[in-house]
Amino acid sequence: MAMQFYASPEQIMRDRSELARKGIARGRSAVVLSYAGGVLFVAENLSSALHKVGEIYDRIGFAAVGRYNEFENLRRAGVRMADLNGLSYDRRDVTGRALANAFAQTLGAIFTEQSKPFEVEICVAQVGATAEDDELYRLTYDGSVNDEPGRMAMGGQAEAIAGVLKSHHRPDMSLGDAVKVAVQALGSVGGEGGAARTIAADQLEVAILDRDRVGRTFRRVTGAALTALLDDGETAAASADASTAPADAADSTESADGAERPDS
Amino acid sequence: MAAAFDPSGRLPDLFTNAGTSSFSAFLSKAAPELLPGRRPLPPGMATDLTPHATTIVAIAAAGGVVLAGDRRATMGNLIAQRDIEKVYPADAYSLVGMAGAAGIGIELIRLFRVELEHYEKIEGAMLSLDGKANRLAAMVRGNLGAAMQGLAVVPLFAGFDLAATDPAKAGRIFSFDVTGGPYEETGYDAVGSGSLFAKSALKKRFRFGLSVDEAVRLAVEALYDAADDDTATGGPDLTRRIYPVVMSATAEGTHRFTEAETAAIAESVVAARMENPGG
Repeated sequence: MAMQFYASPEQIMRDRSELARKGIARGRSAVVLSYAGGVLFVAENLSSALHKVGEIYDRIGFAAVGRYNEFENLRRAGVRMADLNGLSYDRRDVTGRALANAFAQTLGAIFTEQSKPFEVEICVAQVGATAEDDELYRLTYDGSVNDEPGRMAMGGQAEAIAGVLKSHHRPDMSLGDAVKVAVQALGSVGGEGGAARTIAADQLEVAILDRDRVGRTFRRVTGAALTALLDDGETAAASADASTAPADAADSTESADGAERPDS
Repeated sequence: MAAAFDPSGRLPDLFTNAGTSSFSAFLSKAAPELLPGRRPLPPGMATDLTPHATTIVAIAAAGGVVLAGDRRATMGNLIAQRDIEKVYPADAYSLVGMAGAAGIGIELIRLFRVELEHYEKIEGAMLSLDGKANRLAAMVRGNLGAAMQGLAVVPLFAGFDLAATDPAKAGRIFSFDVTGGPYEETGYDAVGSGSLFAKSALKKRFRFGLSVDEAVRLAVEALYDAADDDTATGGPDLTRRIYPVVMSATAEGTHRFTEAETAAIAESVVAARMENPGG
């Protein structure tokens, strides 16, 4: 009879953690932070079609790093759960905390039950009435949840990026300043010989949850509006609202400021 | 929720599998009792169970479309509600109104709005205007059983078509019947008990290339004509200050005219009818 090779539970968990960490560290990073007008998501992303940042509900957004198919799977599940609860109860009854909980349970179950864990790190963000009311939840591959204080970085070398964020970020920043801090933080790692990089606008995926908007607050910042923000924070903050004569239909929805989206 | 108990607490497979982008298709598996057409009805006619919502008119204008509805819901010869709202934005560029069984109609519209938003969030792009109309047709058809027992709901859908090559023809109107549809209408359309009179009024007054403001005035006139001859349609109620709900969809998105704006238009229509009751 063949002997079963023995591996201790600690060893198995360590191996899975290592696999997940390595997978996450290979990808490009993302940061999420509160600013005066809402919550800002900035991800380094070479693709303009495969998003790392997405909308979940009226005041809830999602950002992730790692394997696209795995976090996209979770994002879809989150959208389904949010829409189901919003229809069954009311739109106000969909909360970021409940979503973070569901994601945590799911990631935790996958980590312990399956031979390969999800190689993802996720942020669920909910914009509040003030920057103090914003909720940022960090979810890791093993299902642990952390409530982050107004800013967070995910992906490879997240600690170095978080260090730059910590020293420059304030919750009362304008959108222009917040974008610049985020891009500076992302560019602070990965350069040759540890030097800072400049990241071009076409390699960035930027979106916001707009604090002052009623109904769906998620909006992508693309094209000319993004370039203007990166070049000059002051003028751009003003023009960002009138932003994006967008290239595709999805973006034009998000920039339709006249759009009525009352609660239903 | 129909999902089976899972001790790990993870989201059920139904949520995480690639599946469909349609919310109602997802709902038919996750919570079929939330779909209006999926509830078993006891036999017999149910016509008098729910208030009936009445007249909605849609008018295509240059660069957009206008949808307006009166505010009355009736039960037999009684007024069930004076200030019901039957016209809603379906998403950022389209509008939907309904006539018929009010309870089912409100639920249908609520579900339709989530359906459009859900697709947009899952796919990262909006449905085409025709795609939206087809989805609504399927949802209306799902209610056929209830419709045959007297709980019919007929929506009217209008929107700004972002893919239109000619901006003057971007405002489009789709009508439905209880078996589905959609039927694309040219220029204008109306549904509900007063629709006969509203459409007769529009037939004489409508022309192509109206501005949005002219179309709004025309819609309020048509609703006045409907209320004039149909007791189930409510005219502008000047004593209680209840006026029609008027919305537009243009390249800038959907817009609901404020109460002050609709009050001004309705008062001017009523004043004109003081001189000439036939308009």
